[in-house]
Amino acid sequence: MAEQRREVWITGIGIVSCLGEGPEAHWHKLNEAKPSADTQTFAPCVVHPIVAIDFDKQIPKKGDQRQMEPWQRIGTYAAGLALESAGAKGNAELAGRMDMIIAAGGGERDVGVDSAVLSGLPKAADRDSFLNERLMSDLRPTLFLAQLSNLLAGNISIVHGVTGSSRTFMGEESAGVDAVRIALARIQAGQSDITLVGGAHNGERKDLLMLYESGGYLLKDEFRPVWERAPRGGGFALASLGAFLVLESREHALSRGASPVARLSAVLADSSKRRPGDVTGTLERLWSKLAGASPIDESHAAVISGATGAEPATSEERKFLAAHPGLPVRATGTHIGHGLEPQFSMNIALAAVAAKHGKLFAPADRSGVEREMSGSLRQAVVTGVGHWRGEGLALVEAVD
Amino acid sequence: MATRDKSGRPVVVVTGMGVVTSLGIGKTENWANLTAGKSGIRTIKRFPTDGLKTKVAGAIDFVTPETPSSPARCERFAEIAIEEAISESGLGGKGSFPGPLFLAVAPIELEWPQREALARASGANDAVSYDDLIRAAGSGRFRDFHERFVFGSVGHHLADTFGTQGSPISLSTACASGASAIQLGLEAIRRGDTDAALCVATDSSVSPESLIRFSLLSALSTSNEPAGEAVKPFAKNRDGFVMAEGAGALVLESYDAAKARGARILGVVEGCGELADSFHRTRSSPDGKPIVGCIRNAIADAGLAPEDIDYINAHGTGTPENDKMEGMCATTVFGERVKSIPISSNKSMIGHTLSAAGAVEAVISLMTLEHQRIPPTINYKVPDPSIPLDVVPNTARDAKVTHVLSNSFGFGGQNVSLIMAREPA
Repeated sequence: MAEQRREVWITGIGIVSCLGEGPEAHWHKLNEAKPSADTQTFAPCVVHPIVAIDFDKQIPKKGDQRQMEPWQRIGTYAAGLALESAGAKGNAELAGRMDMIIAAGGGERDVGVDSAVLSGLPKAADRDSFLNERLMSDLRPTLFLAQLSNLLAGNISIVHGVTGSSRTFMGEESAGVDAVRIALARIQAGQSDITLVGGAHNGERKDLLMLYESGGYLLKDEFRPVWERAPRGGGFALASLGAFLVLESREHALSRGASPVARLSAVLADSSKRRPGDVTGTLERLWSKLAGASPIDESHAAVISGATGAEPATSEERKFLAAHPGLPVRATGTHIGHGLEPQFSMNIALAAVAAKHGKLFAPADRSGVEREMSGSLRQAVVTGVGHWRGEGLALVEAVD
Repeated sequence: MATRDKSGRPVVVVTGMGVVTSLGIGKTENWANLTAGKSGIRTIKRFPTDGLKTKVAGAIDFVTPETPSSPARCERFAEIAIEEAISESGLGGKGSFPGPLFLAVAPIELEWPQREALARASGANDAVSYDDLIRAAGSGRFRDFHERFVFGSVGHHLADTFGTQGSPISLSTACASGASAIQLGLEAIRRGDTDAALCVATDSSVSPESLIRFSLLSALSTSNEPAGEAVKPFAKNRDGFVMAEGAGALVLESYDAAKARGARILGVVEGCGELADSFHRTRSSPDGKPIVGCIRNAIADAGLAPEDIDYINAHGTGTPENDKMEGMCATTVFGERVKSIPISSNKSMIGHTLSAAGAVEAVISLMTLEHQRIPPTINYKVPDPSIPLDVVPNTARDAKVTHVLSNSFGFGGQNVSLIMAREPA
């Protein structure tokens, strides 16, 4: 009972990261191929801080900005960029029936309050009473709303009026893959006509660095491209970034005169248990499915890798890529760092921008994984391998 | 010929359910207590409540994971509910379920005991900074913190334990999360992506900081004595919700797949509606349009008319604002007939299980259909003249129930409504 699946276009892109704001700024910086990161501010941790943003441009009310923590401001801003680029900004009728799937973690803690509590606890006569008393008096009532995972979506509804539906997926990288996967499946099946999908991340956060450092996943001391980190044990550099896509059925886009950046043809995901070899095997299996459904023309195709630099996942992905030597590879994590939940949306956006330009951006790696691409680019396979769990692939194609 | 609904989509049924709440473990115990009008709300024993305004909750202390934390409890509650649901459905084998997992789960973060452990390990004497904590975290002695406190933790563990297929989706739509998990399963089966889905919702947020967070938003009841009378949905003297813990699990299947394997059909998920509210982060639009639209979307998705609904399982948190808005919006949707539609709040007895509520209440809605008996809204002693509804006050009631509307609303403008019915004749 194979029903006709609708074609889905990417008609809007809203991206902001350490490379700048918008597709062209990213395209320019990626081609410059001079990746760098901040090794000082959070030393020994390496971080990719976000560019300076004039939030007023997408979040006009200061009152709204004040209600948000940085991750929500970045996300609400990037969502505005995406709507603008899709020609959907300020269209209340369209926003009112637009669906939304967000991939999100949570907001940051009040580091000052935490430090004061932790400093006071060992001296307190009664640990529990002290904790209750400090939290009751020191926590800002509205901080909770800036921390709740689904409140990026809530803020986008308030600021941009997107209210057709609102769902927030949690769970690091795989939340980002699944958000796009479900958004695509719903449009293909006719359950949605147009969906805003993406997320945002603030990597300039010590509470998050603490979490990932406990697992031993962070890049420290010195910045290196993603593929060159394994000999020193690997690690990812936390990033601040926001990435949103407007996905739309072809018919719906045509009916409102919107033009495509690229076609999103497939998103596949799985979750291996991460025994040795699992990542390589899972990517290979997903690849077979992907290439089985949409033939890949290797002379005009490339891989936009979401490799984080964390080990052993990155080395396993590298093995998978080595089995497909015809495909040039680019790891965007070298340039923009790792933003977890929105990373997959960001990489789909960058793949779409490359497909729109009809060529791949420059390599930025001395380890031999990335090489020049001479031909034109028609297809880009996007990988998303979580530092701990989750594997995903997407296929982005140029639209004639 | 495939069984289709009025829109030509596969009919989606429930073949297994499990539940754990402050009222007990399993459907049988919960149903007995719900229909007896018992409360699961107790004075909090898990931690001292000195200095806190709210001292009651529907905490689950009769189930304790080995290393207690919010995600560990979430995971354990979910395991119990899933085991019951899968066992009832008879679908799949041990450690193997033939469909994806959609999990509504409370947001996760490192908690005070972990921060304190890192602070101690850092050796910082006087002022403890996050730099000290990060340094201690890098010692390699706290690797288990990462796996326990990433957002995907509970979902991936459950996917491993029960052998669900593909990437497990963890989601949050605040207090509508449980209904969203069911909605995602419903949509996946309707798309033909799968014949079965495991839809689960779990929450364990009864901790000092979570309690204080809600308390600072003035959302919680402070009626601490007697604990069992704290939640008073739709009553004039209602003064907030009471935090509670629990999990609900449902095995969803296409009707054809369930019939083909001879499964017992517990009910049909006929429809789901959604509509977000752009008015405010915590308050509903005063005109009620998003909630009204959400309920209408659900009824339309089910291929029904408002006249077909004969029971409403209310969101009914017991906050002044929610119950007023829910009553007003039901009146807008159902008109004069609203006064003759029973509407009751499971939360009056269980408390508000937050991320889990939508699934817990879906399980109870399906039990209501099965038993043709409506659990009451307890603690209804002072009627609110501005909400002139039949809230099934204080005592359970036998009734003919064919189509249930179950509402879930959450912070961030989240509104989701489900429509459930018995097996098609």
